[in-house]
Amino acid sequence: MGALQSLPDEPEYRDLSEKTGFSFEQIGILHKRFKQLSHNEDTLRRDDLNTIPDLSCNPIRTQIIEAFFDKRNFHQNGEGTVQEISFEEFLVVMSHFRPPALDMTEEQREIIRREKLRFLFNMHDTDNDGTITLEEYRHVVEELLSRSGALGKETAKGIADAAMLEVASISMGHMEPDEFYEGITFEHFLKILKDIEIETRMNIRFLNMDTTNLCKVNRAYPDCTSLTKYTDKLLESCLWFGFGLL
Amino acid sequence: GTDTLSLVSLCSPTVVELNHNLTSVIPESALLIIIGWILGGIIYGADKMQTFTLTPTVFFFYLLPQVILDAGYFMPNKLFFSNMGAILVYAVIGTCWNAATVGLGLWGCWLGGAMGDIDIGLLQFLLFGSLIAAVDPVAVIAVFEEVHVNEVLFIMVFGESLLNDGVTVVLFNVFDAFVSLGGAEIDAVEIIKGIISFFVVAFGGSLVGIIFALLISLLTRCTKNIQIIEPGFIFILGYLSYLTAEMLSLSAILSIVFCGICCQKYINANMDERSVTTVRYVMKVLANGSETIIFVFLGISAIDPAVWVWNTGFILLTLLFIFVFRFIGVFLLTWILNKYRLVPLEFIDQVVMSYGGLRGAVAYGLVAMLDENKFKEKNLMVSTTLIVVYFTVMLQGITMKPLVTWLKVKRAAVTELTLAEKIQNRTFDHMLVAIEDISGQIGHNYMRDKWHNFEERWLCWFLMKPSARKSRDYIFNIFHQLNLKDAMSYVKEGERRGSLAFVRNETKADVDFNKKFRASFSEIMPDIMADNMGPDHVPLSSILQDIVPSVCLDMHEQDLTMRESEDFNAHHLLQQHLYRGRKQHRHRYSRSHLETNRDENEVQEIFQRTMRSRLESFKSAKMGVAPAKKIQTKHQKKDKPQKMPNGNSSDKSKNHPYGDKDFEFSEGDCGSGGEAAGDLFPMRAYRVEAGIVNPAFMAEMDPMDNMQQIPHVALLPQTLNSFDT
Repeated sequence: MGALQSLPDEPEYRDLSEKTGFSFEQIGILHKRFKQLSHNEDTLRRDDLNTIPDLSCNPIRTQIIEAFFDKRNFHQNGEGTVQEISFEEFLVVMSHFRPPALDMTEEQREIIRREKLRFLFNMHDTDNDGTITLEEYRHVVEELLSRSGALGKETAKGIADAAMLEVASISMGHMEPDEFYEGITFEHFLKILKDIEIETRMNIRFLNMDTTNLCKVNRAYPDCTSLTKYTDKLLESCLWFGFGLL
Repeated sequence: GTDTLSLVSLCSPTVVELNHNLTSVIPESALLIIIGWILGGIIYGADKMQTFTLTPTVFFFYLLPQVILDAGYFMPNKLFFSNMGAILVYAVIGTCWNAATVGLGLWGCWLGGAMGDIDIGLLQFLLFGSLIAAVDPVAVIAVFEEVHVNEVLFIMVFGESLLNDGVTVVLFNVFDAFVSLGGAEIDAVEIIKGIISFFVVAFGGSLVGIIFALLISLLTRCTKNIQIIEPGFIFILGYLSYLTAEMLSLSAILSIVFCGICCQKYINANMDERSVTTVRYVMKVLANGSETIIFVFLGISAIDPAVWVWNTGFILLTLLFIFVFRFIGVFLLTWILNKYRLVPLEFIDQVVMSYGGLRGAVAYGLVAMLDENKFKEKNLMVSTTLIVVYFTVMLQGITMKPLVTWLKVKRAAVTELTLAEKIQNRTFDHMLVAIEDISGQIGHNYMRDKWHNFEERWLCWFLMKPSARKSRDYIFNIFHQLNLKDAMSYVKEGERRGSLAFVRNETKADVDFNKKFRASFSEIMPDIMADNMGPDHVPLSSILQDIVPSVCLDMHEQDLTMRESEDFNAHHLLQQHLYRGRKQHRHRYSRSHLETNRDENEVQEIFQRTMRSRLESFKSAKMGVAPAKKIQTKHQKKDKPQKMPNGNSSDKSKNHPYGDKDFEFSEGDCGSGGEAAGDLFPMRAYRVEAGIVNPAFMAEMDPMDNMQQIPHVALLPQTLNSFDT
């Protein structure tokens, strides 16, 4: 995409809206956020995402950030990673988390579900060979346990082994003694997770309100410990908690 | 007197349980009521008057608290709080709507003359409406226990039934006060006072509950040396929270519910396993007992001609109104809620929710509390309430299951979550938080994450024992459970086969590892338990059949010294990050069945897994292959024996674990320090609760000097020790 102006540009937004399913307002908000993160440039880099303070204590942040730069998630049949992404690609990745519209048919829901799970699969399958191997799975579990240090690493290995075993037993059924289980393919992945309610698990409500102002504090004063920052946050939290209760 | 009767009524469940076919058609509660009728008939026949009724005092102070405490203690917190908004809407607005419509509807009909000539007024109708409007938790549990609808639906109805007490109490007291005042004195001030009192009662009650939850948690934190009375504290303090709230005229039910909800996590983490088990079982016993007595007495109370006043119009109209207005209310509120919910409630679910609005003993208790002098038609109200209760519990109870089946309501999933699913769930949690952060929103997940961090940082520090703090993570609990099951199966098998393999030996025992390790493998799911050894987990369950583990038994002393060491909280550390347990997702709501996992295949799966990992490490060590990118799974779906690591190396030559049905490990396996192989000697260091240490799961501990010895571990002696001491 070319340079995006600061005013909502109807034709471009319309394009994006059709492509990703977001509404114009939502695209506008996300655009503002994009510019905030990228310091008003046209492209976003990994470092920009790394500076989000709340994200720093998330155990799987590397994976998530990588997912934004993974070409497989851009719905263009690309492969590999990029160093920077444009707003359109940002939006496409975000759209994986959009809840399906209420008036969708069963097939459309199925397609969406598949897409979301594909996103997840790509997140785990870092070398893009179509399978999640034991190493990759171990890496996943290790990340989840990354806050526990060395002990976490050991136990992660054990858990990952156990989980792979289980997946193998579910997917492959009976295996000959000489057979090796290569890894989790996407079909197996779907099979394992078929019972998960993807709607609740992988959807974010993109609210139609201007939230970027509220989060400006993060960016403007990343190291600020002043009281105002916390009271601001507290007020926001109360606001959204009340709303979010529903 | 009443005691004998209570004892008799407690025996009735056994009669009822004798025929499970019967209970699957007719809910237990209905049968109990019928038994109550029979008993009541007998007593009446003997005494010519009904000497036993369910008095409000007995009900509200001796029978109800246990049931509610049980509900709160076993409440699936995450599910509850994530649907809290909807639950509150139904509980507060829904109950008010029901009360108002029923009261006004009846009043309108009375004005219209449908009820004949009764001495009653608008306020009394409103009061009656408010007490008959509330959905009853006891009845809901009793009926839904058989039905197993999906968890969201259940938590909606159940949560509503618990939280609406705040509204009911307020409305009841307010209208009672109004009736005393007389209609003329009511003005805006009084009404405003009424509204304010709602907030005070509801939040005050919850606050009392939370305070007591804190107290209990703190107490359990300090009771390391007096573990035997820990369970007692829980019950006493729980009951105290109820009484305190009652004393302060706040909502007692809300108090005890929140007490149970808030304290469950901390006390389960702090208390000794045996105490946890004790609390669980006693809680269930008390709750079951109370429920039984309640229903039987509800039946007995009916057989009392003194209270019977029949007014066709009143009774029929009440039944009609509560039914119809419940449906209307639920559909209306759901329509509003669905605009804001991520997963809208379906039509079918709404139907079941409306139909599941059962009235029960709470309504009866409240109506029995009415003052006859103020309420001339008290007997009429009592009769009507009884009929409403019977109608909902029996008729709606019996037809609930067929209705649910007919409507194809989504049922609770019966299978366990797989390990992979659990890992994914945790991944999802983090992912959603991350996306919210990136998109700059403050949403549900953000709040949840913030609360979680706050809780971890402050609350757990304050309320949990230091040792428990380290072990509060879900994943470690999984391993804990697995290892326990391993240990249990070893015990069982050893006992079954005679204890040759399990000789307790102070010296390093050379156990014969040629024992056939028969196992029939099949599709297996591990029993991954929940949340801090949550109430659902039963450490003492054991199932196993044909598995013979071979055991290494030389660990007692070493382990004892290592017991306190903090390095070996592998299983505890795991809890912290990975899994949310099955309790959370596949919660089976049952009064009488504690979830004990009886899946035989799990234990086999554990062994299989253990074997796999050892296999892999062996292969990598022996064959110079890097720890495999591919997992080599040997699925011995046929019944084949497997051999355990052979410490005696009699089969050293047979160095081919794969392609050989009886694969064996030589001790070279142990000796070669492949990364996992090195893990094979962790048992010494392992904590006593851990059960069997799966080497792959354990961090490297101090490797045994004598590598000749048995790599495999069984903390069998430890486990036995721990249970003895």
